[in-house]
Amino acid sequence: MTTTHVYDAVIVGAGGAGLRAALEASGEVSTAVISKLYPTRSHTGTAQGGVCAALGNVEEDSPEWHAFDTVKGGDYLVDQPAADIMCREAIDRIIELEHWGFPFNRTPDGKIDQRRFGGHTRNHGEAAVRRACYAADRTGHMILQTLYQQCIKQDVRFFNEFYVIDLLLVDGSTAGVVAYELATGEIHVFRAKSVLFATGGYGKIFKITSNAHTLTGDGMSVCYRRGIPLEDMEFFQFHPTGIYKMGILISEAVRGEGGILLNGEGERFMERYAPTIKDLAPRDMVSRAIYQEIKEGRGVDGKDYVYLDVRHLDPEVIEKKIPDVTEFARIYLGVEPTTDPVPTQPTAHYGMGGIPTDADGRVVVGEGEDVVPGLYAAGECACVSVHGANRLGTNSLLDIVVFGRRGGLDMARYAKEADLPELPRDAEGDAVAGLRGLLEASGGDSIADIRDELQEQMFDLAAVVRVEEGLRKMQELLGGLRERYGRAVVQDKGSVYNTDLMEAWELGALLDCADTLVAAALARDESRGGHYREDHPLRDDDHWLRHSLAWREPDSGVRLEYKPVKMGAYVPMERKY
Amino acid sequence: MAETVALTVRIRRFNPEVRPDPWWDEFELEMEPFDRLLDALHEVKWRHDGTLALRRSCAHGICGSDAMVINGKNDLACKVLVKDVAPKVTVEPIRGLRVLKDLIVDMDTFFEGYKRMLPYLINDEETSERERLQSPEERERFDDTTKCILCAACTTSCPIFWGDEGYVGPAAIVNAHRFIFDSRDRGGRKRLEILGEKPGVFRCRTTFNCTEACPRGIKVTKAIQEVKRAIMFDHLG
Repeated sequence: MTTTHVYDAVIVGAGGAGLRAALEASGEVSTAVISKLYPTRSHTGTAQGGVCAALGNVEEDSPEWHAFDTVKGGDYLVDQPAADIMCREAIDRIIELEHWGFPFNRTPDGKIDQRRFGGHTRNHGEAAVRRACYAADRTGHMILQTLYQQCIKQDVRFFNEFYVIDLLLVDGSTAGVVAYELATGEIHVFRAKSVLFATGGYGKIFKITSNAHTLTGDGMSVCYRRGIPLEDMEFFQFHPTGIYKMGILISEAVRGEGGILLNGEGERFMERYAPTIKDLAPRDMVSRAIYQEIKEGRGVDGKDYVYLDVRHLDPEVIEKKIPDVTEFARIYLGVEPTTDPVPTQPTAHYGMGGIPTDADGRVVVGEGEDVVPGLYAAGECACVSVHGANRLGTNSLLDIVVFGRRGGLDMARYAKEADLPELPRDAEGDAVAGLRGLLEASGGDSIADIRDELQEQMFDLAAVVRVEEGLRKMQELLGGLRERYGRAVVQDKGSVYNTDLMEAWELGALLDCADTLVAAALARDESRGGHYREDHPLRDDDHWLRHSLAWREPDSGVRLEYKPVKMGAYVPMERKY
Repeated sequence: MAETVALTVRIRRFNPEVRPDPWWDEFELEMEPFDRLLDALHEVKWRHDGTLALRRSCAHGICGSDAMVINGKNDLACKVLVKDVAPKVTVEPIRGLRVLKDLIVDMDTFFEGYKRMLPYLINDEETSERERLQSPEERERFDDTTKCILCAACTTSCPIFWGDEGYVGPAAIVNAHRFIFDSRDRGGRKRLEILGEKPGVFRCRTTFNCTEACPRGIKVTKAIQEVKRAIMFDHLG
């Protein structure tokens, strides 16, 4: 049974980017937010340390310095005009959040307090600067809550626990989406003039990750299968301090407040890798430094982890400014951070790449950046590109409020001007056939076994450090995994809350994301930001100062194309900190 | 490989497509001591019975998806470790909300209670281009109740809520508190009027179940008492 809905604008995903877009669109045109989770469950809520804006509340700062740091942090793969927009608009977006009731920590004179964060510096790299606005170590939680509160105030229409599994395009223009209702197994067609994907990341392609179980690249995969390329997928960020073996994030704010990293010999090794800002170097550099220490036998007890040490910090700072992450160490490791160092290892954290968009959230395809009418993306699933080859800490929360808003504004503008497109014939046909295929397969492996192998192999072969041989092996493995996926068995055949079926569907999305990541990583024989090739350790601007675009071929193969980086004031320099 | 421990997981099941009444299933697992109970439930779902239905997302106590009754007490499955419950653990859906399938309950009544609190900052005064000022002390006043993740562990541990669907429940009051005691908010009176009505805060009998249940360590009962006092003495300031 299929139900059809008609809206001007449909937003897919109810994390920070989706909610921020909804606040713009819903005031202007009829809007629906479709989310596979209840809105406050989204992964925005787990962001901890802060959101940057050059407010200059505690020391001198400027949006231009912020933009420079963003471009340099992104290893010059950032589209500089977009970074300029983000860092300039940051101030208004933070003030707006405050006006909506966001409970920022305050300075003694009542202003929004600010703290240091990795890669954020004063005057183009002179020293770390206090730029991150925060609410203890639950900044993402408060952003998600604040935006959801405003959505309640505006009476935004939500469809909770609906999985969007297909995008409808007619003659290259957006016509709507197809969704699966988890509670009933019903199929819903949402006819719409504009659709914005804000479905978050895909960290679940890796075994050790800070990402939620639900971060499976759904929106990216849905677009990719409908002929939208994915940009810069080879750039995946590993956060240096995940809880050992579990990957749970320990915020960079811990180092912002004075925490340091120690190797197995008790040495503060970051002094060797980044003499100026040390432990507050960007994440890609710190993660590689940890890898190097472990490789050279200086992990703790010769194992694959190092220590994060806060024993020297004032207990009041720990209690007031980083209480949640301290609690994580206590619960999940049984370690008391005030008396013992915390075992940490790099954890898959954030995909810089995604659905290519311009600075208004419009999806643009190909080297010529042709606009797909009515199609939008924002947040981690999008690639604007403001993060380039490596995102700076705090810039993801900024990205979602800046570009969520811009996407929401433009999708409403477009919806007001456009006619409601006709649906394609048998609009839900492909989606229904795909689900039926999953439900009817027999004789194969379990979804969990295939997913486990994907995650383990990706973490071994395509993570912090990559080489050609390993990536080729991964490509072969992916072929085999995809073949097994075609026969994999879904045990639950029912219609009510069939999470077994949806996990199977999500694995298909993960495989798409992994395909594009590996293909683009194999082709890029240089090292830049989060993409490090041990066999090509240097950056190569002559050949590779360009964005990759991964297109899906009919047989699940990947075709790569490239487009230039939009440059600006900052000329690529060697990246030292 | 760390040493494993044996864990028997006893789960209260329900699936309206299979049979009209709930039943119990038991699964014998080998888990690592520092695994989460959520990992054990995944082990059941992924290796034993794919039909098991539960909600989960972040798996470290922030998203609020996986509140359940664990050995008789409300908690998040991702914050309970195997070593603390082995050799046997009983898992049930949270109480007082309609069970839809296995550990999944209907959250709509819970969110309706939350929405009745006008859970957003109310302040029509003109704003400037900069932030409103708020002292660290004023900010501290409502810090505890900003931690709420809307997991419903508190509300569904409350005997008054079980008996009376009209009662808004602790989580809603916590979220009202978050705004009532925010120096920037001007909607306190309106919220206190709502909370002073029959389904409001005076239904609370101070059993402290909610405070014990809160996985975020919020002093829920204290917040409720502060709201009661604000209604009685109208000392919003």
